[in-house]
Amino acid sequence: MNEMSNPKMDARKRYSAGVLKYAQMGYWEPDYTPKDTDVIALFRITPQDGVDAVEAAAAVAGESSTATWTVVWTDRLTACEKYRAKAYRVDPVPNSAGEYFAYIAYDLDLFEPGSIANLTASIIGNVFGFKPLKALRLEDMRLPVAYVKTFQGPATGIVVERERLNVYGRPLLGATVKPKLGLSGRNYGRVVYEALKGGLDFTKDDENINSQPFMHWRDRFLYCMEAVNRASAATGEVKGTYLNVTAGTMEQMYERACFAKDLGSVIVMIDLVIGYTAIQSMAKWARDNDMILHLHRAGHSTYTRQRSHGVSFRVIAKWMRLAGVDHLHAGTVVGKLEGDPATTKGYYDIFREERNPMALENGIFFDQDWASLNKMMPVASGGIHAGQMHQLLTYLGEDVVLQFGGGTIGHPHGIQAGATANRVALEAMVFARNAGRDIWNKGEDILRDAAKTCTPLKQALDVWKDVSFNYASTDAPDFAPTPEVSM
Amino acid sequence: MRLRQGQFSFLPDLSDDDIRVQAQYAIDHGWAVSVEYSDDPHPRNTYWEMWGHPMFDNPDAAAVVFEVNECRKEHGGKYIRVIAFDSTPGWESIRMSFIVNRPATEPGFRLVRQEAAGRVVRYTIESYATREPEGLRY
Repeated sequence: MNEMSNPKMDARKRYSAGVLKYAQMGYWEPDYTPKDTDVIALFRITPQDGVDAVEAAAAVAGESSTATWTVVWTDRLTACEKYRAKAYRVDPVPNSAGEYFAYIAYDLDLFEPGSIANLTASIIGNVFGFKPLKALRLEDMRLPVAYVKTFQGPATGIVVERERLNVYGRPLLGATVKPKLGLSGRNYGRVVYEALKGGLDFTKDDENINSQPFMHWRDRFLYCMEAVNRASAATGEVKGTYLNVTAGTMEQMYERACFAKDLGSVIVMIDLVIGYTAIQSMAKWARDNDMILHLHRAGHSTYTRQRSHGVSFRVIAKWMRLAGVDHLHAGTVVGKLEGDPATTKGYYDIFREERNPMALENGIFFDQDWASLNKMMPVASGGIHAGQMHQLLTYLGEDVVLQFGGGTIGHPHGIQAGATANRVALEAMVFARNAGRDIWNKGEDILRDAAKTCTPLKQALDVWKDVSFNYASTDAPDFAPTPEVSM
Repeated sequence: MRLRQGQFSFLPDLSDDDIRVQAQYAIDHGWAVSVEYSDDPHPRNTYWEMWGHPMFDNPDAAAVVFEVNECRKEHGGKYIRVIAFDSTPGWESIRMSFIVNRPATEPGFRLVRQEAAGRVVRYTIESYATREPEGLRY
């Protein structure tokens, strides 16, 4: 793979004007051992026909760090060996002809502390449009502890979120208000009240509910908080509704977030499309104001879904844990949206673990230490219902928000009944799991037993009993369990 | 109304055997189980009265059921909950919480609204029971 191995050229020849191969410029160092403080990126590269894989990897290293297309003498005014990213390993992707995994190491000094914008400007900047590649995908990153420690991390974290909500030992329950567009503030609050009183912990604005002609943001916030407080008084529980503060400018977002805080909301929400810097700003605001911060990953599928080009969601998850959000959607496995079980487990581990060991079967290529950054709460949303509770608890575990939108509001006997069905199904399943029952195989029996004393659950199970979404996944890990190609 | 705090409040009241099974789950995870009681069920009343310390070195959930019943003898007219503490690094918090005893009647909560400027309403939730002094509620 490595006929071009590291040509140590005489400096005068190396820097004479002209064009060299990237590998010859020093961006390919097969003997390089990454330092503990290096940022490492794993790219899936698909070189154009006739382009050597090692040269393509070196080009990616070059174009995502110091290189330009030609030799520049001004390199010699710098410690350029240090600033060059170094491709140090290229492996063919198992079972995918023409694709290669390229490992590239970057010195920590290439990056501004605490800035996702700066990190991404290098790692996914110009390089993704580079002509010698047909396609390029950022699969995973190893973020050194020294760099992780320059970020705030989740404003609240799973532990403190649970303490604030006074909810322990079971997944949280939520629902997105539907229809997502067109409800007036008054009608919207009705859905919130019914769902929370029925047994949900949270309701949620959808990603595109901001401040439109049919419902301006202040109106929504006021009616929603009436609903939250009414439901809290009716149940004796802390309740919340994710008030989406996404807006056209930071000033407007701060104004909305401050209003939500003044009204006593425990949580606000933003969309991924506001951008990395805006997300970091809101995370800092949330930490300063004791607010849980929910992030809806609106737009991510435009670059996360295709296997050969874009950025894997696991990388987005890592960036968002650094950036400091508390909630982030991460897939359901069983619902209507993309989600291979093994890949989704990798995402959940990135959200919730102190340390991620390498797990190629889950798409995790590196050991990652989170250096005591708070944990993020994954949110499972999209085409799930009470009848899948045993599968959801098995796949997703306990620290997750299960969001049943249609699965609450679409209940034949109303929103409260839908919420109660979900809550009873959840509590019965957690109880059974704790009691040592085999919920994976006996899940349906457990639900039927619980439905004997809960008519809304019986109705839910009858309506949705045959609903499932069994499609092939477009994004599963590529690995072969043999060390020579996968390590 | 029925107070919905805790992880099993939408299920029928737990039997002593149910309590034992759930407490044993906590113990088997290395969590210290504790019994607490209160006559102030406000959702933000964090600190219920402790019925003794968390049972750090207790291997048998039967002891938890025993303590729940001892607590019931003295505070049977109040709320009693079982909680489990996890001292694992990165958690160091509660991992389970469920109600095991309720007052005979639960009058619920009054929502007090104070109208403020700009259509804003300041909300307060008050338990009807806590209008009376401690010890005279329920």
